[in-house]
Order: sequence, then structure tokens, then C-alpha cells
Amino acid sequence: MNPELSTAAPADLNLYLFVAAVLFVSGIVCMATKRNGIGVLMGVELVLNGANLNFIAFGRFTKLGIDGHVLSLFVIVLAAAEAAIALAIALNFYNNHLSIDVDRADSLSG
Amino acid sequence: MNWLAQQLDNLAWMAHGGAVYVFAAMAIVCALAVVFTHNVVRMAFWLILCLAATAGLFFSLNADFVGAAQLLIYVGGTLVLLIFGVMLTASGPFLQMRTKPGEMVLGGVVGLALLGLLLSSALAVRWGERSPVLASEVVGAGFNPVAEGNTTRELGLKFLGASSRDLKTGRGELSAGYLLPFEIVSVHLLVVLIGAAYLARTKRRKQPADSSGDSRSAALSA
Repeated sequence: MNPELSTAAPADLNLYLFVAAVLFVSGIVCMATKRNGIGVLMGVELVLNGANLNFIAFGRFTKLGIDGHVLSLFVIVLAAAEAAIALAIALNFYNNHLSIDVDRADSLSG
Repeated sequence: MNWLAQQLDNLAWMAHGGAVYVFAAMAIVCALAVVFTHNVVRMAFWLILCLAATAGLFFSLNADFVGAAQLLIYVGGTLVLLIFGVMLTASGPFLQMRTKPGEMVLGGVVGLALLGLLLSSALAVRWGERSPVLASEVVGAGFNPVAEGNTTRELGLKFLGASSRDLKTGRGELSAGYLLPFEIVSVHLLVVLIGAAYLARTKRRKQPADSSGDSRSAALSA
């Protein structure tokens, strides 16, 4: 690979920021509007992916460097842990309510 | 022969640049499809495509280890977990829980406002002027993933509390690594494993208080 090509970026940082912002907002809207509990979890995954993309992009284009990769690895691992716990809670919810509709979870409302 | 290799390099670099836009468009389209699909199984499918496209973007940013981890852990692990959740909680084969149109409009308005805020603040900074300078500083600082090929060794050293920059200079002092967070995360994963197994174990199903729900009778008869 040519040395002048290897230092040039294939795309601007703005492209990655744009994609990450769209992923983040899609996840927020998904969390806010879905009535299915599993759908809410998928929104959380989208939000975490948008944040991850920002970490990696800033690690590539700024002095963050390899630390951005480390942080995104932590995010991936914690997202897997969060999905496991949240799915266990969803299964418990389904066992108690016989539905996964989060609007049914109104036992604590007065 | 040298000219041919150079042309092949240029062609590969152009394909690289095009693949970035393909992956970006794929990630955006699939993320929007997750939001606007009502069927949970199709949502999971679009989410798989979106996460795979994000992994492609990671590869385009020279983050090979993180991209592989994204494919292995997210697409291979977390999504399978989510699909198991869909299967274990579906009351009917074509269960759809529609959101009210008013709530959808409200969520869309809030989402568009948030998107405008994020984009206007992120794109207001002139990254184009700063990024060449910063990239050259990064290359000079010892982080040169294109030339070194991969980031796996660098990541392993970081997790151990060192970096190849420290090892190259040989000053005997190491920068702050990520050994303690790594250990905390590993213990956290063990706790999560035990907690998930405790929470999800089968219990006696409680009878519903009222039978007004449409999906409850189907689930009870099943």
C-alpha cells in the first residue's frame, strides 16, 4: 500500500458520526415506542452500537487511539451481560403476566 | 510488475472507500427498519444485519479485533439470546403489539429533534481540519494500525497494563492500562451468569388475576 494512501482516511469522521447518531436515535425511538419487551432490548443494543461506533471512529481519527478499542470492547461485554439479565427478567415477566407487553407491567401503579 | 501491484493497491483502496459507504447505508437502513417493523422476529433479523454492517464499519476503521468481537459476541451470541427470548415469550405465531399512532408520532418527533441536535452539534466541529494533524500525531505516537496490520497485540498489551510505545522506548515506566477494569468485568460476567441462571429458572406459573387479555387464553391453552 502506498504510504500516502495508508495515512489518508477512506471516509471522513463525519460519515461515522452521522451513522452513529442515526443508530443512537433509532435505538432511543425503539425503546420509547415498542410495546414488546424484547423490542425494547433491541433498542438498547442499537444505542450501545452507536456509542461503540463513535468510540472506534474517534480512536481512528484522534489521539484516543487504542483506548477507544478497549472501551468499545468493554461496552460489547457489558451489553452481552445486560442482554442476559434483561432476558431473564423478561422471562420472569412473561411467567407472571403471560404476556411480554411492557404496558402490562402496572402492578406498582396506584 | 510493480505498476500492476500499485494499480491493484489503488483498486483495493477504492473498493475499500466504496465499501464504507455501502456499510454505512446498510447500517442506517437496517436501524430504521428495526424501528418501523412490528414483527419481533423481523426486527431481530434487521438488527442482525445492522450489527453486521456496524462490524464492517469497524473493519473499515482498522479495528479488526473489535470487529471480530462484534461479529462473534453480538451477532453470534447476543442476537441468538434475543431470538431465544422471542421464542420463549411469543404467545402466538403472528403476535403483533401495535403502538398507538399518536405515540409513534410523538416518538418520531422527539427522535427527529434529538437527531437534529446530535447532528448539528457533531457536524458543527470542523473535523476535516483537525483529523490529518491528529492522525499524524497518532502515527508518531506509535499507534499505526495500517502499517502494523492488526490491533490484537496492542489490545492485549493494553489489557495487561502496558503499551508497545512503552516497550519501544524502554524507559521502565508503564502507562496506565486496563488490568483492573478487565478483572472487574470478568467478575461481573460471573455474577451476571449466576444471576441470570437464578432469575430465569422455571417456577410455578402464577394464575392470572383476570382473563381479559386476548393473548392469555391462547397461552393458557397452549
